[in-house]
Amino acid sequence: MTFTVPAQLETELDELLTHYPEKRSAAVMFLHALQDHFGFITPEAMEWTAARLGLQPISVLELVTFYPMFRQQPVGKLHFKICRTLSCALAGSYRLHQLFCEKLGLDCHQPGPQTTPDGRCTVEFVECLAACGAAPVLMCNDRFYEKVTEAMAEKMAAEHGFEP
Amino acid sequence: MAQEFRLILKHLDQPGYTPDLECYLRHGGYEVLKKAVSLAPVSSSDGRTITGQDKIRQEVKLSGLRGRGGAGFPCGVKWGFIDHKSGKPIYLIGNADESEPGTFKDRQIIHKDPHQLLEGMILAGYANQVQLAYIYIRGEFMEGARLLNRALAEARSNHFLGKNILGSGYDLEIYVHRGAGAYICGEETGLIESLEGKRAYPRIKPPYFPAVLGLYQCPTIVNNVETLCAVKHVMAMGGAEYAKLGSPNDPGTRIVCVSGQVKNPGYFEIEIGKVTLGELINDLAGGLREKRKLKAVIPGGSSAKVLKAGEKFKLKHRQADGKEVVREVDLLDLPYDAESLAAAGSMCGSGAVVVLDDSADVVEVLANISEFYAHESCGQCTPCREGSLWMSKILQRLNSGRGRPQDASELVRIAGQISGGKTICAFGEACAWPVESFVAKFKNDFEAKGAAAEPEEPEPLKP
Ligand SMILES: Cc1cc2nc3c(=O)[nH]c(=O)nc-3n(C[C@H](O)[C@H](O)[C@H](O)COP(=O)(O)O)c2cc1C
Ligand code: SF4
Ligand code: FES
Repeated sequence: MTFTVPAQLETELDELLTHYPEKRSAAVMFLHALQDHFGFITPEAMEWTAARLGLQPISVLELVTFYPMFRQQPVGKLHFKICRTLSCALAGSYRLHQLFCEKLGLDCHQPGPQTTPDGRCTVEFVECLAACGAAPVLMCNDRFYEKVTEAMAEKMAAEHGFEP
Repeated sequence: MAQEFRLILKHLDQPGYTPDLECYLRHGGYEVLKKAVSLAPVSSSDGRTITGQDKIRQEVKLSGLRGRGGAGFPCGVKWGFIDHKSGKPIYLIGNADESEPGTFKDRQIIHKDPHQLLEGMILAGYANQVQLAYIYIRGEFMEGARLLNRALAEARSNHFLGKNILGSGYDLEIYVHRGAGAYICGEETGLIESLEGKRAYPRIKPPYFPAVLGLYQCPTIVNNVETLCAVKHVMAMGGAEYAKLGSPNDPGTRIVCVSGQVKNPGYFEIEIGKVTLGELINDLAGGLREKRKLKAVIPGGSSAKVLKAGEKFKLKHRQADGKEVVREVDLLDLPYDAESLAAAGSMCGSGAVVVLDDSADVVEVLANISEFYAHESCGQCTPCREGSLWMSKILQRLNSGRGRPQDASELVRIAGQISGGKTICAFGEACAWPVESFVAKFKNDFEAKGAAAEPEEPEPLKP
């Protein structure tokens, strides 16, 4: 199967290259753009990126495995990232995480992101999201939700209960 | 009642204040830049010419402004390390990685007043002859990156950025570069590696001081978002005037983020040293919840050493007649400034105060912090990579009722093998200091959990 990048995305990526004196610098931004478009990063996407930037594919793979935001598997349409760190934990984020997992039939003791079998939701504990003054905090896809209550969490987790 | 002193935050929470250029201009935006780029060269008494750029650097040095990212290094001194004769390009990076637990101020500026950051950066760029600058923003701030890109486009089309800025002949381009979820990208040399398209493995210093061998091995300035905003206010007021604010060794204002077990957590801009920890907690952040007593304060982000309620500290104080006196103060009476916090054995760090009341279980709190560091160690140095995970596992074990009486001393022993300059970057200290200070100050809590634990049954080998 050949890996094709739509023309508009290619234009965006070409423009990105002009931001840096050395092409390699664009690697993380390329991976963000490809992950946003395809949903996750495939070996083909990594090879394509490597070829574009004049790198060995291993130099791209080592980025994908280092940076927590990159993933090699698809995630749910709603990706909940719940802050696990101190100020949020003191404000009940572990309870929120448990609540999401229970509502969605996931195991809250499993490490790492977990996705419902229907592919609708992914739940993940993440580290401090720099919004500790409004703890507990979570993100759904690109958006921040602050001072999240259990009632809000239940609505978010419920099917059709929530559009981000 | 302690009051805020809003300089950087002056407008951004006012009703109707929006992040667009038009609003910024209506509030006097880019006036400081206009004045700075039109500063005419003057000749000094010894016959040398002082350019407008030299003048800005002098003002920043005079202001005594310290970095707000964590290390608190004087900004003007840092700029002074830049070699302008190397013939290499000089880079400027705005550090918007904001990921020290407890810190949430940079995002407010980026979301609500992005042009203030840009004006500060353009001033810093102009002063240091930078032609290419980056804002390194943490990956989760997608909206922040969009807002910055919009602000950059507005600045470009109004000649505040790009070629021949405001007709001065100065060219500068700024781009937004996104990280992807790793805390270590906030460490300046890790950030630089990351911006070069590599894993964010911090570089060893010496020789890789950013000012000498930074981005692409060229001289590079890395400054926190808030520091860059402060540069604008230094130039607006003049360095000498700015230096009158705050405390003599830590001048100006800074944004303190208060979170944890208080009634009204939030960000408060204060005149440094003019407000005490107690006033921050009780006046600005609304105090503790009903019927709660203070247990401890983490005064400068999760990496800072914890301070225990009731602790007393000795502060040196210079009287008007020049005589130095020592006075003893309670934790809550500690002025919030670099010197006082250092005298208390901790630091202001990133300006993040996390408050713990008597409902908090300190062993759980430390376990939470240690899990963060175990997750975020970049893995280059053995003591940090292995030690951070090991400490986290011991703490989890203690909390799950399977601890051992010697766990407290074991934690301190492991931490001692990480801190003290044994690792490539200061993350080593950052993960060891909380452990060392929590265990030292709350030894009973740790030992009680270790002693109360059920002895582990040896598991028989399966035949
Ligand atoms: C582990 C670690 C994490 C850091 N994270 C940040 C950060 O998120 N934001 C930041 O501005 N500085 C951070 N710093 C400090 C930077 O290395 C650097 O000192 C700072 O950006 C310099 O800017 P300043 O002088 O304006 O404070 C971190 C340092 C360490 C050791
Ligand atoms: S101290 Fe830790 S985070 Fe810093 S370079 Fe070493 S392993 Fe990486
Ligand atoms: S601790 Fe949750 S946002 Fe900082």
